Amino acid sequence: MNIKKYLKVYSYFNYSSFSIELEYKINLFIDLLTSILGLIGSVFLLSIFFTNTDKIGGWNFNQALIIQGIYTILNGVTNTWFNPNLKEIVKYIREGTLDYVLLKPIDSQFWISFKRISPTGLIEILLGFFVISYCFYINNITLNIWSFILLTITLICSILILYSLWFLISTTTIWFVKTWNATEVLRSFLYMGRFPMDSFSFSLRIFFSTVIPITFITTIPSEVLLGLSPAWKIILEVLVSITFFIFSRKFWKFALRFYTSASS
Amino acid sequence: MKNLIYKFSTLFKTQYANMLEYRAEIALWAISGVIPFFMLNIWTNNGLNESINISSVMLSRYFLSAFFVRQFSVVWIVFTFEEDALLGRVSPYLIQPLHPFIRYFAQHIAEQITRFPFALVIAIFFFIFNPQSLWIPSLSTIIISLVSTFFSFLIQFLMQSIIASLCFWTEKASSIEKLLFIPTLFLSGLLAPVSSFPNYVKSWVYVTPFPYLIDFPASILSGNQANIIEGIFIQLLWIMLFFCIFKKVWKSGTKKFTAMGL
Repeated sequence: MNIKKYLKVYSYFNYSSFSIELEYKINLFIDLLTSILGLIGSVFLLSIFFTNTDKIGGWNFNQALIIQGIYTILNGVTNTWFNPNLKEIVKYIREGTLDYVLLKPIDSQFWISFKRISPTGLIEILLGFFVISYCFYINNITLNIWSFILLTITLICSILILYSLWFLISTTTIWFVKTWNATEVLRSFLYMGRFPMDSFSFSLRIFFSTVIPITFITTIPSEVLLGLSPAWKIILEVLVSITFFIFSRKFWKFALRFYTSASS
Repeated sequence: MKNLIYKFSTLFKTQYANMLEYRAEIALWAISGVIPFFMLNIWTNNGLNESINISSVMLSRYFLSAFFVRQFSVVWIVFTFEEDALLGRVSPYLIQPLHPFIRYFAQHIAEQITRFPFALVIAIFFFIFNPQSLWIPSLSTIIISLVSTFFSFLIQFLMQSIIASLCFWTEKASSIEKLLFIPTLFLSGLLAPVSSFPNYVKSWVYVTPFPYLIDFPASILSGNQANIIEGIFIQLLWIMLFFCIFKKVWKSGTKKFTAMGL
């Protein structure tokens, strides 16, 4: 593995996809409006829940807003990197162009995961950080170095889990060819990451921490910010994310053995 | 007219056969619509329904109905039309003695029928987990809610058709659709019944088409309070309004048309 080579290739990827995206300048503006409205909408939904109650699953409104912020950041990450790239896998496999990817002297998972970048998601990430900093103010949180490090670690782990989930589902395309909708199912489940996991019933909580580990993705980083998260949860999150990542990598290698080129 | 019906039924049959080919895909679409059930879980698990005077049984019926209405009013014409326009497939459609959107309309209807059994299976699972919310609506309720669901589908189909026609000016109309989807998601009643909205939203939301997309048909089907005659009338008004706009936009759009691809 030559890190310098990969960085260079990655900068070329970014350059080319930015020039593609800037073709549609009005789109950038519309997407900005969409992410702002989306955030307003979900805060509105949250406010409906809190009209006649102070706490949902032990979280008050100001605390639940942190989860919204974390969700917005992660959704931005998904829209910037995961969604534009992993949607393409279906195309590579249907049209048989995966052949060309596999022939290149570069890691195929790297190529598939980082080829495109969509700048509109970056706006969402900024919005998310804006919400989080507002939450610092309303929740009277003072950020020290230690909690900052923990937040960074948990956020990185969340991104790793999210990436692995997307990549795992996209990999199944090699067998089923059309799994475009499977990512849509994942998306609608991940949507529930906007709310504190404690507000769901016990059985759903189990489902969201094992089958699709949404608990680890948004709730734990928010708990870290509030200083509510015990050390074992953070360690567990790190372990879960590493396991997921290694598994997704192994699964890709395994799936490639079953790849039979289309067309040609 | 007879000619048109013949064309439509032929299109419908071919599209239905096509949709049956992709059953698994449609099943996944159906599963991706389960968000209302998760929302229901938050509502009842925290006892939030008491504050809006809806019993938990009625609320679970509401969300199940909302799931059904959503399943049968999903529209994706923008995305198909955008792809077809970019790849130049629209050009031959325009020469045919048939409005291209009738083809898409047949596609949507065929997909809904393919989707029906999957939605039914999900509903059965729902009743297994929530046996107390089982109910059988009367025949007239079913018919009225079917009509209003179909009207809701028509409103959304026409709204999206207007946006899809914008493809003639800008190649990427789907981002406008994504923008429009946000108010549809939050104001239609898919995530929370409109009756639970705070007054400062309730005062203007009924002027928009959104509550008539899911909240209104779902309230009828679930037996919650709904003003049937007024609602259907307003739905019809929106359909007529959007139809007129669509005709105008389509007319000036086709003049702008520059064939792409090929």
